[in-house]
Amino acid sequence: MGLTGLEIYKQLPKKNCGECGHPTCLAFAMSLANGKANLEACPYVSEEAREALDSAAAPPIAKIIVGRDENAYELGDETELFRHDRKFYHETAVALELKDTLSKEELENCLQKIKGLKFTRVGLEYKVQFIAVKNETDEVDVFAKTVEYVAGKTKLPLVLLSENPAAMEQALKIAGKDKPLIYAANEENFEKMTALAQENDCPLAVKAEGLGELAELVEKITKAGHKQLVLDPGSRSISRAIADFTQIRRLAIKKKFRPFGYPIISFCTETDPLAEINQAVAYISKYASIVVLKTLEKEHLLPLLTWRQNLYTDPQVPIRVEEKLNEIGEVNENSPVYVTTNFSLTYYSVEGEVGASRIPSYIISVDTDGLSVLTAYADGKFEADKIAKVIKKVGVEEKVKHRNIVIPGGVAVLKGKLEEESGWNVLVGPREASGIPSYAKSKFA
Amino acid sequence: MKLQVLKEKYRAKVQELVLGATKEEGGTRSCTVTVGGDSCLPFHHFEGEVPNRPVVAMEVTDIKPNWNPKLLKNFEDVFEKPGEWARKNVENFGADLIYLKFDGADPEGEDRSVEDCVETLQEVLQAVGVPLIVSGCGNEEKDNKLMEAIAEAASGENLLIGNAEQDNYKTITAACMVHKHSIIAKSPLDINICKQLNILISEMNLPLNKIVIDPSIGGLGYGIEYAYSIMERSRLGALQGDKMLSMPIICTVGYEAWRTKEANVSEDEFPEWGTQEERGVLWEAVTASAMLQAGAHILVMRHPKAVELTKRNIDQLMQPFSYE
Repeated sequence: MGLTGLEIYKQLPKKNCGECGHPTCLAFAMSLANGKANLEACPYVSEEAREALDSAAAPPIAKIIVGRDENAYELGDETELFRHDRKFYHETAVALELKDTLSKEELENCLQKIKGLKFTRVGLEYKVQFIAVKNETDEVDVFAKTVEYVAGKTKLPLVLLSENPAAMEQALKIAGKDKPLIYAANEENFEKMTALAQENDCPLAVKAEGLGELAELVEKITKAGHKQLVLDPGSRSISRAIADFTQIRRLAIKKKFRPFGYPIISFCTETDPLAEINQAVAYISKYASIVVLKTLEKEHLLPLLTWRQNLYTDPQVPIRVEEKLNEIGEVNENSPVYVTTNFSLTYYSVEGEVGASRIPSYIISVDTDGLSVLTAYADGKFEADKIAKVIKKVGVEEKVKHRNIVIPGGVAVLKGKLEEESGWNVLVGPREASGIPSYAKSKFA
Repeated sequence: MKLQVLKEKYRAKVQELVLGATKEEGGTRSCTVTVGGDSCLPFHHFEGEVPNRPVVAMEVTDIKPNWNPKLLKNFEDVFEKPGEWARKNVENFGADLIYLKFDGADPEGEDRSVEDCVETLQEVLQAVGVPLIVSGCGNEEKDNKLMEAIAEAASGENLLIGNAEQDNYKTITAACMVHKHSIIAKSPLDINICKQLNILISEMNLPLNKIVIDPSIGGLGYGIEYAYSIMERSRLGALQGDKMLSMPIICTVGYEAWRTKEANVSEDEFPEWGTQEERGVLWEAVTASAMLQAGAHILVMRHPKAVELTKRNIDQLMQPFSYE
């Protein structure tokens, strides 16, 4: 949605001086339009032109950073309404809420649980991003103490939930240096909250009841000079949230409506944790950049984080693993050898089941351009001569004494040809990865 | 400030399709179920009509299913009696429809005869008043024989019969035509094949409002995002007037969710994944809610708790909302 080269050209000095490294202003304008040059390179551009170009060239949704250094997390900077049009870029941050009514022991317990919320699946690590500390008591000191305790015990960035500027001020004295998200500026407190956000250089959430009120309040705050914002249109029911979030995203991307060019924060209201997860699925699917929820249980968060990862996967690129000889467990020269494709879902399903068989084994992941077994076979990317070459290439013949290799049951037809090409004895394994443990027990135990 | 919201105007709608037939309509169902008819993206009540809520069909198999014991225990008093199982799904767990799957017909398994399967169908039809979806064992030859017999035995009931696939659709389509049933057109996660199959079936003169699309979803964590985008694209296609993508969509949520490792492994094996029971329920419920966001109309499900969560989710998604 950026400007075209010609639109940019109109704003340039048209001196064709070449000092920017481009032969002409028009060439420079074309490079700018393609994102391959920076306006700073032009020493003669006027202030008005710079402002006009900056705002027109800015992304439709600003990138907002919460937290500092290695814990900084980027939100927003999205360009699409549908993931199939390109992709979604910055995964929704999951923020877990802790209230300042909790005792020290309770807080400690919760923080321990949060520490344990790291999941490894299909070679990826899933994590939660923020801790949201809520000023439920409305007491300034209690909030500050809670923030102090939490900040001392976690490296996760904080979201500070209080609409009381006095409480926010105290909390920021403790945690402000680590760039927490301030939640929230509303119609009454926005002047004080904006000042606090500016003093501490922190992102500020803007909360209003409805889209029109939200746009108005955002404009007041940006006029005061603060532009690190996050939006809350006050929607708390799923049906309205889908409508409001869709409008915010649409207006930002299709109309470049500036007040809505910021990430969205959403709050789950369901009290049953399972229903809360379902509510969060809707918010993550429909454009929320932060979702605040209360459950801290692994079995609740793993499905949610899995959905987030799925949604934000690049639709153009099949996720794949490297072509190599993988060692599962303490392998030796008698360990079984399996072969599969390098589509990561396929590979990790096989790896998980081979691991579950508790028999240390090798798995060869053949590069099939990230296609699954049957798709790769149909596409000529998982054939006997190729597999035979990979067997040689990965050096498995130096690692094991035997010459038995297990192929997926779905491509049993490869057996004869592969034996001929590789000189190995080919065993036909189960069709589904889930059959591997019992297969392995009967063959190799 | 009065803000000008941005409403999309679409030219067309998703087909509206009726499942089941009452006595007056030539069947024996106590009610019918209507799906589809949407004139906007999923649950965009602010700019279009969502006339019918998405529905949940609960699965019943003709033989004892090979399910996770924690899932199966919800049905332990009924899983050998498909009729009672179906009734329990409707009366206790709120199923809108019954999805009857003939796993027992598989020649490589129990190889139940066509006559026995038809008897099971009759048993289920008598046990419940809701409309039925029936699906075969996956063996083409056997399924063709079975579905011909089922279509005839339940003539006039307006079943939803599956699965027609690109290289095996004629027999089932013909059976649906003759005996006035609807058909599931199943394509392997591919929008072009999906469309092509709808064309082939409609060329045999089965009306468009008798076809349901099964895009072959993946389970959560296992390629569900491919289905998500195909469903979003096909809804956009339908709204822009592509008739061959305009059918309601069925998703086999329970089957896909419960064959994942994450739904099934115990906490002892994977302590970092938490308790199995709620993890399994959520694996199914999250698969369902993600598919609802992409435009699913019929969700085929298994666990009663996951069904309860999904129905609650649907209630909330169906709350009207407008900017007027």
